[in-house]
Amino acid sequence: MPDKAPLDGDGPAIALEIIQQFAAEIPFLKALSTRIVDLERGVCRLSLPWQDDIVGDPSTGIVHGGVITTLLDSASGMAVFSVIPRVMQIATLDLRIDYLRSAAPGSDIIAEADCYRLSKNVAFVRGRAFQGTDREVASSMATFMLESSAL
Amino acid sequence: MAQDYLNRLRDAKTRKAPQDIIQAIPYLGFLGVTVQEEADGILLCHLPFQDKLIGNPTLPAIHGGVIGSLLESVALLQLMWSLDSPTLPRTINTSIDFLRSGRAKDTSARGRITKQGRRVANVRVEAWQEDSKKPIAAAQGHFLLG
Repeated sequence: MPDKAPLDGDGPAIALEIIQQFAAEIPFLKALSTRIVDLERGVCRLSLPWQDDIVGDPSTGIVHGGVITTLLDSASGMAVFSVIPRVMQIATLDLRIDYLRSAAPGSDIIAEADCYRLSKNVAFVRGRAFQGTDREVASSMATFMLESSAL
Repeated sequence: MAQDYLNRLRDAKTRKAPQDIIQAIPYLGFLGVTVQEEADGILLCHLPFQDKLIGNPTLPAIHGGVIGSLLESVALLQLMWSLDSPTLPRTINTSIDFLRSGRAKDTSARGRITKQGRRVANVRVEAWQEDSKKPIAAAQGHFLLG
């Protein structure tokens, strides 16, 4: 476990391979050909290959913000799954995204999320989305409710 | 190209046919979003349920990113529809509250321009399924104009 693990109590319960398999079966991520490229405790990185379907502004070819929202929400959720102490439902409470610059046409998008604090009921996650290695297109803050099946 | 799209937007407004704007936007076609104009120039968007929109197969529930996509789209469309000069607004930021899980059902959404300045507009949007008094998500966003 990394020494900056955000856990207070018990260690993570879900094997990373299980999260990978679970992510591979999510219909909307499949529809966008999105996959996990990196998963460690508290940190998840997702990639989305360039495709014409993600264009939001036909005059420029710029990617729709909702695509970035989807990637950041998913990467953030996976980061939470990687640190929770037992198998449970989680739900995004809120997600705030700053669009730092336009996501340009023709380029894959990477979203990475870091669950930096896990309390008994709530997980706190920050995320960033990139094109290439250093062109940051968005940053995000999210909170997730744990044991959300009653929500 | 940008001019073509602005012309299309202007034409859609003249003919009061907001669906024409959506048909030019690939991602909204991919999601299957449709739009109609209600009274007073307010747009009502619909997202018919499809299996591919699911984000949680266990519940099942629509992906939060899909709900977020719908909310941001409604805000952008409402701005394009309401502003006097044809313009393509750009999203500065969005803040989405997820209030209930989006079930495997059709979703609707509607937005309201809270404040329109010269360079920036603030828009609030809600999405619901079946009962508009029980929103599944609410969002506000800032959008750069012109």
